[in-house]
Amino acid sequence: MEITGAEALLESLKKEGVEIIFGYPGGQVLPLYDALYSEKDIKHILVRHEQGAAHAADGYARATGKVGVCLATSGPGATNLVTGIANAYMDSIPMVAITGQVPTMLLGRDSFQEADVVGITMPITKHNFLIKKIEDLPRIVKEAFYIAKSGRPGPVSIDIPKDIFTGKLKFSYPEKVEIPSYKPNLKGHPKQISLAAKAIAQSKKPVLYVGGGVISAEASAELKQLAEKCGIPVTVTMMGLGAFPDSNKLALGMLGMHGTASANYAVTDCDLLIAVGARFDDRVTGHIPRFAPHAQIIHIDIDPAEIGKNVRVDIPIVGNVRSVLKELLEKLGPKENHKDWIEQIEEWKRKYPLSYKKDGLKPQFVIEEFCALTRDRETIIVTEVGQNQMWTAQFYKFEKPRTWISSGGLGTMGFGLPAANGAQFGRPDAIVADFAGDGSIQMNIQELTTAVNNRLPIKIFVLDNSYLGMVRQWQELIYQHHYSHTDLANNPDLVKIAEAYGCAAKRVEKPEEVRAALEWSLTIKDRPCLIDFVIAREENVFPFVPPGQAINEMILD
Amino acid sequence: MKHTISVIVENKPGVLSRVAGLFARRGFNIESLAVGVTDDPSVSRMTIVAEGDERDLEQITKQLHKLIDTLKVFDIPRELSAERELALIKVAVNEKNRGEITQIVEIFRARIIDVAEDSMTVEITGEESKVEGIIKLLRRFGIKEMVRGGKIALQRGGAE
Ligand SMILES: Cc1ncc(C[n+]2csc(CCOP(=O)(O)OP(=O)(O)O)c2C)c(N)n1
Ligand SMILES: [Mg+2]
Repeated sequence: MEITGAEALLESLKKEGVEIIFGYPGGQVLPLYDALYSEKDIKHILVRHEQGAAHAADGYARATGKVGVCLATSGPGATNLVTGIANAYMDSIPMVAITGQVPTMLLGRDSFQEADVVGITMPITKHNFLIKKIEDLPRIVKEAFYIAKSGRPGPVSIDIPKDIFTGKLKFSYPEKVEIPSYKPNLKGHPKQISLAAKAIAQSKKPVLYVGGGVISAEASAELKQLAEKCGIPVTVTMMGLGAFPDSNKLALGMLGMHGTASANYAVTDCDLLIAVGARFDDRVTGHIPRFAPHAQIIHIDIDPAEIGKNVRVDIPIVGNVRSVLKELLEKLGPKENHKDWIEQIEEWKRKYPLSYKKDGLKPQFVIEEFCALTRDRETIIVTEVGQNQMWTAQFYKFEKPRTWISSGGLGTMGFGLPAANGAQFGRPDAIVADFAGDGSIQMNIQELTTAVNNRLPIKIFVLDNSYLGMVRQWQELIYQHHYSHTDLANNPDLVKIAEAYGCAAKRVEKPEEVRAALEWSLTIKDRPCLIDFVIAREENVFPFVPPGQAINEMILD
Repeated sequence: MKHTISVIVENKPGVLSRVAGLFARRGFNIESLAVGVTDDPSVSRMTIVAEGDERDLEQITKQLHKLIDTLKVFDIPRELSAERELALIKVAVNEKNRGEITQIVEIFRARIIDVAEDSMTVEITGEESKVEGIIKLLRRFGIKEMVRGGKIALQRGGAE
């Protein structure tokens, strides 16, 4: 039996196990929306801006580990997805972005709502496709999903001309993927793993430096075994939050620009740095020549191009992080604890805890209170970008992978709210909270409608300093207090806005109101709620490693 | 340092722009580029000459590898490289210098592939130095037009 391309696309998505897609209609995807009209097995969520669709798919993917799917029409619909695709690319999030395109006959003629999506998304996708022949559709969808989730995950875009949706084909879905030029290397080289085991056995002051790769490879259990078996302190990147329990004795917290002093001192002082699924980003390394200057470096990563990209590496191991850690564990004997090293680290932790002055309503306090309140409940924390993000990374304590969702590599303001929506769709039983800034929340505020219409009980906690706070902080500390265009004192009333959208909302101005307000937010189960916390306006994020400095040269407060 | 990089790719639309775009994005200048199909019509081979140090080369090689359509990437070291360039040079001629130009063409084992009243078109194949050499000698007669193809290269002997 023949079916249309639009139907074939939906069938293919079902074969991939897709349950939900986030999208927005338009001319070139009309035939697909017509097929969706009677579709029962795939839920389509209508967002209010295509960027919201991409971020929702991204948040869904981060919360569940599945491939997120977003959909937009050609031209402006597709270009509105671009920031969301780039965001997923920078953080290696598996996503398939489907866009309508003008009919094949009209391609390349500057037709109405034509944009060169393959060209535009080339540098921000792992791979992309333009379907020109309807027979290719099932194979391309299969390949797209395979590429998105295998190896180092990432977004893949599929551009589909309108006539492909309306054309007919005899549908059959390929069983297997055959891409001769794409064979991700999963198993680490045994010789390299032995070298690493030897280096670990000989090290007196080792540190594990852990990134988002541990989360995407589902390798937290193996990581914990390694750390505990050999007594190795663990620091995580912002993307790695949740990969190792913050409550563990060996946890150092986050490193880098806003990392803990103990993590930054430990990395600077260690004799062996074991990087696992991390990429030595400049926000982590600070001034590279003085990053881990005394250390031998082991780098475990699925992507060979990450090895040696930013720092010299002594023992590279290319492979799936989980499989490599497993094999490494087998080669390691139980190790006497590095007593002196652990003591040194404990001393740093005691001497330089994360701290803030408790005068007025402080953002850190709000986060700590929410952390205490949700301690024993399944909670997913999402953030926007800026100080709100860094305070949350520092003061919420993460115990499990996929409980922290934040825009790392791209640092996209406006990511949090739609990503929280996506996460709540993926994890309906979890508490999902977006710690937001007053600037960022306004960048995709329209997605409140998506949340309200779907009765998503997400919590939005605006840490409202009426500033583009992070930029203001840099202006204060590096640009002589020149607060150039960062004052948002004329913000609209966010409580009224939230209420107008149909959310529950309130404002909190005193520390003593915080606990009750947060408790109140947890009682709201049938719609989103927003709390506008009017925080101390010029509170800063510390520690802070000024750009160009070594990471042990922090401003502590 | 100049490197000659061979990139074996799936012969698909858009592959050239993926490869070229990668060079541009990562800040590498392509000095010359030649693409053609291989013995297997589903596979193309690109020969790219680019400037960079060892680290740059390593990084670009790995990034090229990451492209889904790339089958193989390798750098051909100078001493192992059998390489050729092709150029067509249209030189201005007159009665007096025609003989001299013909002599130069013979010395370089180039060929004259078109003759007109006031010009001759010379075809030269060879290593870069040879091509540069004849261009230098012909320049004083006046080069009306010239086209150079990208360098192509294979590794000498059995190894690849
Ligand atoms: C889309 C986008 N534009 C600009 C920036 C640059 N930027 C980074 S943080 C920041 C300020 C964010 O302000 P707000 O959301 O209020 O957060 P705060 O730092 O005050 O907590 C800006 C403008 C960005 N990261 N993303
Ligand atoms: Mg702000």
